[in-house]
Amino acid sequence: MLLIDCPYCGPRAEIEFAYGGEAHIARPAADVSEEEWEAFLYLRDNTKGVLAERWRHAHGCGRFFNALRDTRTDRFHAFYEIGTPRPDVGDAA
Amino acid sequence: MSGAFRLAGRGRIDTARPVVFRFDGRMVRGYAGDTVASALLAEGRHLMGRSFKYHRPRGPVSAGSDEPNALVGVGEGGRYTPNLRATQVEIHDGMVVVSQNRAPSLRFDIGALNTLAAPVLPAGFYYKTFMWPRGFWDKVYEPLIRRAAGLGRAPTAPDPDHYALHYAHCDVLVAGGGPAGLAAALAAGQAGARVILCDENVEFGGSLLVDTHSLIDGLPGMTWVARIVAELERLPNVQLLTRCSAFNYGPHNMVALNQRLSDHLAAPPADMPRERIWQVRARDVVLAAGALERVLVFEGNDRPGIMLASAARTYLHRYGVACGRKAVVVTADDAAYRVALDLAEAGVKIAAIADLRPTPGGPVVEAVQSRGIAVLPATTIQRAHGHLRVTGAELAPIGADGTVGRGRTIACDLVLMSGGFTPSLHLHSQARGALRFDDALGVYVPGESVERVRSAGSCRGIFALDEVLRDGVVAGLAAAGGETGPVWTVTRQDAPGAGGFAGALPRRGPGHLALAFVDFQNDVTAKDVKLAVREGFRSIEHVKRYTTTGMATDQGKGSNVNALAIVSDVLGRTPQEVGLTTYRPPYTPVTFGAFAGHARGDQFDPLRLPPMDAWARAQGVVFEDVGLWRRARYFPRAGEDMAAAVARECRAVRGAAGIFDASTLGKIEVVGPDAAEFMNRFYVNAWTKLSIGKCRYGLVCRDSGFVYDDGVVGRIATDRFHVTTTTGGAAGVLNMMEDYLQTEWPDLDVWLTSITEQWAVIALQGPRARDILAPLVDGLDISAGAMPHMTLREGSIGGVPMRLFRVSFTGELGYEINVPSRQAQAVWDRVWQAGAVFGLMPYGTEAMHVLRAEKGYLIVGQETDGTMTPGDVGCGWAVSKVKPDFVGKRALALPAMNAPDRLQMVGVLTDDPQEVLEEGMQLVTAAETPVPASAEGHVTSSYFSPALGRSIAIAMVKGGRSRMGAALYAPRLEGPALKVTLVDPVFYDPEGARLND
Ligand SMILES: [Zn+2]
Repeated sequence: MLLIDCPYCGPRAEIEFAYGGEAHIARPAADVSEEEWEAFLYLRDNTKGVLAERWRHAHGCGRFFNALRDTRTDRFHAFYEIGTPRPDVGDAA
Repeated sequence: MSGAFRLAGRGRIDTARPVVFRFDGRMVRGYAGDTVASALLAEGRHLMGRSFKYHRPRGPVSAGSDEPNALVGVGEGGRYTPNLRATQVEIHDGMVVVSQNRAPSLRFDIGALNTLAAPVLPAGFYYKTFMWPRGFWDKVYEPLIRRAAGLGRAPTAPDPDHYALHYAHCDVLVAGGGPAGLAAALAAGQAGARVILCDENVEFGGSLLVDTHSLIDGLPGMTWVARIVAELERLPNVQLLTRCSAFNYGPHNMVALNQRLSDHLAAPPADMPRERIWQVRARDVVLAAGALERVLVFEGNDRPGIMLASAARTYLHRYGVACGRKAVVVTADDAAYRVALDLAEAGVKIAAIADLRPTPGGPVVEAVQSRGIAVLPATTIQRAHGHLRVTGAELAPIGADGTVGRGRTIACDLVLMSGGFTPSLHLHSQARGALRFDDALGVYVPGESVERVRSAGSCRGIFALDEVLRDGVVAGLAAAGGETGPVWTVTRQDAPGAGGFAGALPRRGPGHLALAFVDFQNDVTAKDVKLAVREGFRSIEHVKRYTTTGMATDQGKGSNVNALAIVSDVLGRTPQEVGLTTYRPPYTPVTFGAFAGHARGDQFDPLRLPPMDAWARAQGVVFEDVGLWRRARYFPRAGEDMAAAVARECRAVRGAAGIFDASTLGKIEVVGPDAAEFMNRFYVNAWTKLSIGKCRYGLVCRDSGFVYDDGVVGRIATDRFHVTTTTGGAAGVLNMMEDYLQTEWPDLDVWLTSITEQWAVIALQGPRARDILAPLVDGLDISAGAMPHMTLREGSIGGVPMRLFRVSFTGELGYEINVPSRQAQAVWDRVWQAGAVFGLMPYGTEAMHVLRAEKGYLIVGQETDGTMTPGDVGCGWAVSKVKPDFVGKRALALPAMNAPDRLQMVGVLTDDPQEVLEEGMQLVTAAETPVPASAEGHVTSSYFSPALGRSIAIAMVKGGRSRMGAALYAPRLEGPALKVTLVDPVFYDPEGARLND
């Protein structure tokens, strides 16, 4: 079970959280092409390595936030607020 | 002393406390501290079980948790537990133990005939044999396998015990309490770290439990252990757990332990849990899991009386048991020589030591030779003789060219084998640690891990006791961040064995019929593994699955390295090129009850009760589970079945009035200056123009354009909406709202609050609803003119604050009275009393479903399946054409979302009005359709309608709205397909006159 460091509450066990999928996927305006809308809905990087992803502290403060997690190791490299840019952690394993 | 093979003055058992238990109905005497295996061995008995596939007679190979053979059933009734390792089960008075996999008896077993069939049960026989002939499967193979295969039988009575779950946090978790683990725990504990030390055994000590030779600081091993344990017990920051196995290593150092609390007690306290799962979150972990001796693979190596050399040493020093009178030792490692010396000193005759190595030497070998024990270098064991017990061993010389010459048979009742030691890598591997092949040791050792974990001692290939202790201290200090740790001096220790052997032993002749077991528990032989490779399996993972080697409950503890060596040999590749299979949890089997913990019976799931639950129960209601909610389904009167009760409830609603507890409805309050804008963006509907006191049916889509949820929304104030959702969708809708609000529209000033539990909902529906309610609402004017359909009013009912919605899910004049949950029963009682003279009747969810289906109201999740657009379900009218954006807008503009042949919601009528279709039935175009047919649609809701006096159904049909009047057919499993006609889904009062009454 992952240990997740909610930026608002501190470290808590994974069971308190809901996964929110890949982060930094901006919702396009309603006039984009079909291809752009399809990409927004369905296309994800399926990263092997450091992935920016969303979590919600569903059974805690209720807030969404972002995390950088290495999908090879499950190691978290950063937790940061929604709307802030992805921190640069390089390709740390 | 009881037991002919018990040796006075030896062992750690308490001979002052005799214990009597039953094995296969027979009384067996042992002592406190004995295991089932040690007590039986003390009687000279090795035969303890039958094997999985061939029902071969088997005895214990080991003395610990790695035991593959001696599996027994323990306990009676609901406390019966199958497949426990006799080598671990502690005996107590009155304990009932039975052997497994035998019929009629352990000594004579019908299934053992399988051995004769061994040539036709080769590797992969599961996959091969049962392919042909096809008809044999049901009648021959499956019954045969069901009877023959499998290990013990599962108990059928409920488990009367209870199990506990405990979460714990520590700085350093040490798994394994042998010399390395004790050293690590003490070093870490003295450095101030919070330490948990666990060990699967009854007492700490590990290898020192059986090493009576080495001295630490001049003390015998177990005297030193007692001193260290006492020191640890004095440290308040150290917790010690015995009978406690670390069985699962999860991400971020979450390690699960299974602590056995009561099985070893004859009369455990009633309130004591049987086992406890510890979920330990450790900052650092030290693995001190030790090493396991490897079996040797030769013909007949599974005969009772053939065991690991280290096991015989354990039985001698822990239990005071000699495992035989006359032993032959076959080894590739020096450690077996120390065992031979210990046994000889205890009076066991060592007939010979066959050493696979050409030139064994060193102090321990010389010590053996000086006792006059025959050491045969470059010698293998060709085969073992005997059936229920080994009777002899054929030892044969290995020539310089590797060929095996003619041997001679030595009579014996015990064969001890030692193929060297395999570091126990299971937990390290579960921690996603890499494995590194150590050429010098010929085994895998731990490599890098992604976790904060380090291995210490023999589980990382360090075997000399002084080095093990130093390694433990280093690991403990590193884990705790300490600087200096304890130092001990070891004397009289044996040098670690050089050598070891993996794979099938050299033999004379090809041995086509030889049964030389690699995996005892799954009955996998050396030739099975070879055959798998010859048949083209190259990956070790595929060989594992094809042969099932390493897939039994022992997780390949004793077999993996030998299987790997055989594959590597046949393929002509190095072991590191072949690789090792993945170790999977649990390290040792864990009782299902321990996983369930308290989550059983009433505690299995949370139970959500609507406010009028007790009232409904008093009325003799029949409940149904809806998610976690327990809802009133129908209220049968004497002599009524469900159909009769539902019909009566429906008639009451249509003819007078019905009362319904709708409190499970999801409710969210959307509040803030931007509440209307939020609603506009979130729902497909437009909200800006909804005036205060009005309601609107709201529909939620995903951004994929598919319907997600629905519900009536009322506007309480300019900046306040009272949103309702489906019962099941409440949490999901709130999560989705929060998602968009927090991540897409942080510009909006809006607050979202779940109010499901705060507002109870009393639905009052039917032509007399207004007459019942009007006198109760404290002066509020609810006349048709003052409060039309789809409006809401705030007020009070008998002094209780109220939000009154005039809405209907039945098609009748109706109200949903929202009151605070704690006062709901009082309000319900008032309405109930007031309604008596009007014929008010309670109704449940079943009547609610029928009533809404008569009106063609959809239920999200029943008509929809996650691929339906609003237009598909006849709600295209709800979708705003003018809003610049809302969730789902872009997707709903895609051509495919508007294709004319999409599934559309329609009504369906059967030719026979009494015939009620099955929900889920497929609809096709012709009565006689060849299979496979492509469906035109499917039935989503189907009921008998009391109002119409006939059956009705709702279906999703391709282009259904343009096919009104067309006929389709619903094929059945039996009987001819049913002809149906497509109609408008609003069956009752299509003009809505009753609604607006
Ligand atoms: Zn939080």
